[in-house]
Amino acid sequence: MRQIWQIFLAVLLGAQTAVADIDVPIIYLKQDQDRPPILSNLDTIPDNLGIAGAQLGLAGNLTTGGFLGHSYTLDIRTVPIGGDLVAAAIQALSDSPLLILDTPAADLLTIADLAQAKDALLFNVAAPAQALRNTDCRANLLHTLPSLTMRADALMQFIRFKRWDSLAMVTGAHPGDIAFAEALRSSATKFGLKIATEKSWIFDADMRRNAAQEVPLFTQDLGKYDLLLIADELHDFGRYIAYNTWTPRPVAGSEGLVPTAWAPVVEQWGAAQLQSRFHDQSNRTMHATDYAAWAAIRTLGEAVTRTSTADPVTLRSFILSDKFELAGFKGRPLSYRTWNGQMRQPIPLVTARALVAQAPLPGYLHQRTELDTLGLDAPESGCTAFQ
Amino acid sequence: MKPLATALILLASPLTAAEIWVTNEKDDTISVIDIDTLDVTRTIPTGERPRGITFSKDFSRVYICASNSDTVQVMDPETGKILHDLPSGEDPEQFVLHPNDRHLYIANEDDAVTTVVDTETRKVIAQINVGIEPEGMAVSPDGKIAITTSETTNMAHWIDTDTRQIVANTLVDARPRHAEFTANGSELWVSSEIGGTITVFDVATHAEKAKLDFAVKGVHPDRVQPVGFEFTEDEKTAFVALGPSNHVAVVNAETYEVEDYILVGRRVWHMAFSPDKSLLFTTNGVSGDVTVIDVAKREAIKTIKVGRFPWGAAFRP
Repeated sequence: MRQIWQIFLAVLLGAQTAVADIDVPIIYLKQDQDRPPILSNLDTIPDNLGIAGAQLGLAGNLTTGGFLGHSYTLDIRTVPIGGDLVAAAIQALSDSPLLILDTPAADLLTIADLAQAKDALLFNVAAPAQALRNTDCRANLLHTLPSLTMRADALMQFIRFKRWDSLAMVTGAHPGDIAFAEALRSSATKFGLKIATEKSWIFDADMRRNAAQEVPLFTQDLGKYDLLLIADELHDFGRYIAYNTWTPRPVAGSEGLVPTAWAPVVEQWGAAQLQSRFHDQSNRTMHATDYAAWAAIRTLGEAVTRTSTADPVTLRSFILSDKFELAGFKGRPLSYRTWNGQMRQPIPLVTARALVAQAPLPGYLHQRTELDTLGLDAPESGCTAFQ
Repeated sequence: MKPLATALILLASPLTAAEIWVTNEKDDTISVIDIDTLDVTRTIPTGERPRGITFSKDFSRVYICASNSDTVQVMDPETGKILHDLPSGEDPEQFVLHPNDRHLYIANEDDAVTTVVDTETRKVIAQINVGIEPEGMAVSPDGKIAITTSETTNMAHWIDTDTRQIVANTLVDARPRHAEFTANGSELWVSSEIGGTITVFDVATHAEKAKLDFAVKGVHPDRVQPVGFEFTEDEKTAFVALGPSNHVAVVNAETYEVEDYILVGRRVWHMAFSPDKSLLFTTNGVSGDVTVIDVAKREAIKTIKVGRFPWGAAFRP
């Protein structure tokens, strides 16, 4: 009787939701990285950053898949510093065409260009570099982490909205700081703002002890400004600047008001549910990289659910189609840009304790979707691999 | 006899004017709105984070999902006193009372479970594993099928109320929020907040029969997010709350076409009709108020300030 019922159901529901067993193996490949020392001893970077997000995404996929006969596995492979990432990638690609990549930008390109990766579907969850979404894009590489430009645009929309027209910036010396500073500069131009003065953070003194003495002097010659931008993506010195500037002004960028893909203070649009599930699972708060990894796994889950296949080529074309939508707890459906594979998403602007605003802000219009006011739009994109 | 009865009702009416009960999610209270005066006449304290609200058949008890207290509270609507708590499973968000007036089907949002509670014995009689973040709850008019929709799994789960087993799972668009059967039980409607649609199922076959789209002028489709909805008495019209688009859609339930959009408060969520279904009260979460809609004219006629984040609404005759 049960069997008849199942057949009856399968006939009724047709191909769209037919009950068919599908196995979806996903591999999370992480390259361990050196992290330069920073002034504060308070920060701990979780060992399972990103991985925990992927695990939560897997739990979601398994629940949905359980009702449809779809099973998912997540195989986590970590390459130590100095290890052979390429060999690990080749092995991973021979085991599954669905890879979540948590590696530096250069390694992403090496992996995406492997012959074995030709028909694979790769997700970048950790590298924010603009070039990966621009001239260095690859057709088999999608990005769930927002680019530096998307984050910078989100902040500049807010600054413009507040009419804080005059800006100053302090930039650290690490490559990540310099890249974010560059994104902030281009974005300021895009939104008609000007960064009037800039200084590089050159101190090698211990700011935990003497920020109160040094920062006022350091910021005294920045002139008149409404807001001080800080490009300090390692979170080395930026935290000591707020409240110690010569002129009392708010700070934003890497510290103060921060544009980020995700933060523990995001709670609207059902996000509190995701935060609490994450905390129950991993006993810590959810970071942007966790969110990107979660979104990548859920993207695969959503695509498998709707297409009833694990074939990477079919999944990719569905993910890039206008039929794809992911409920990502940010109040609007998430989708992918067809010109460079970047996941469209709202960008929260947060302080340590609250969501201040969420970009795109009201009033920034776009003919396709306001989400495309953040980051590289089709006409500006130098990516040709998706054509 | 009949004129006398009418006279008695007329005499009695000032004392027992119909009311709309609104749960205020961020105030831990219920605001009681008098339908004649359209004013808040009482504010009643509840457990933590009250959301779903429904009355027993004879309106002698009101059930309240006190989500953060992990319980369903049973209140005497006359006195506002809590009579007792029901075991509900963790984080009860929304529920539906079975036509037998006895079994509550409860969506446990944080637990991916639907809990069935016997309100007489005050015991949990079944827990059914469903998708992640269950929310929308409905039961067919004949009481044979209960529906749970799960927000993150994007499904309507069809539960046989005799065996308390899932008999079918049907996919809908992203983030389903609310489910209702039509009065004759032939159709099931499910709203999808992020998908921006309502899917209409043929109950007999579980097959998708229609899909409703919404378009509010001047609002990007991403922000048109259908959540709660209700049918008029004649079943010919459905009113659909469209969340952050701040509008309620008026849908022709026979042609599935949207006939009108009514501007209401911010982030409109759920709604309840007055007993004669001439007025509709919508809960507007972000603006913290209730919009009163004249159903015949399809116009908003008044805004009533209630508590913070009004969520559920139910009428009491």
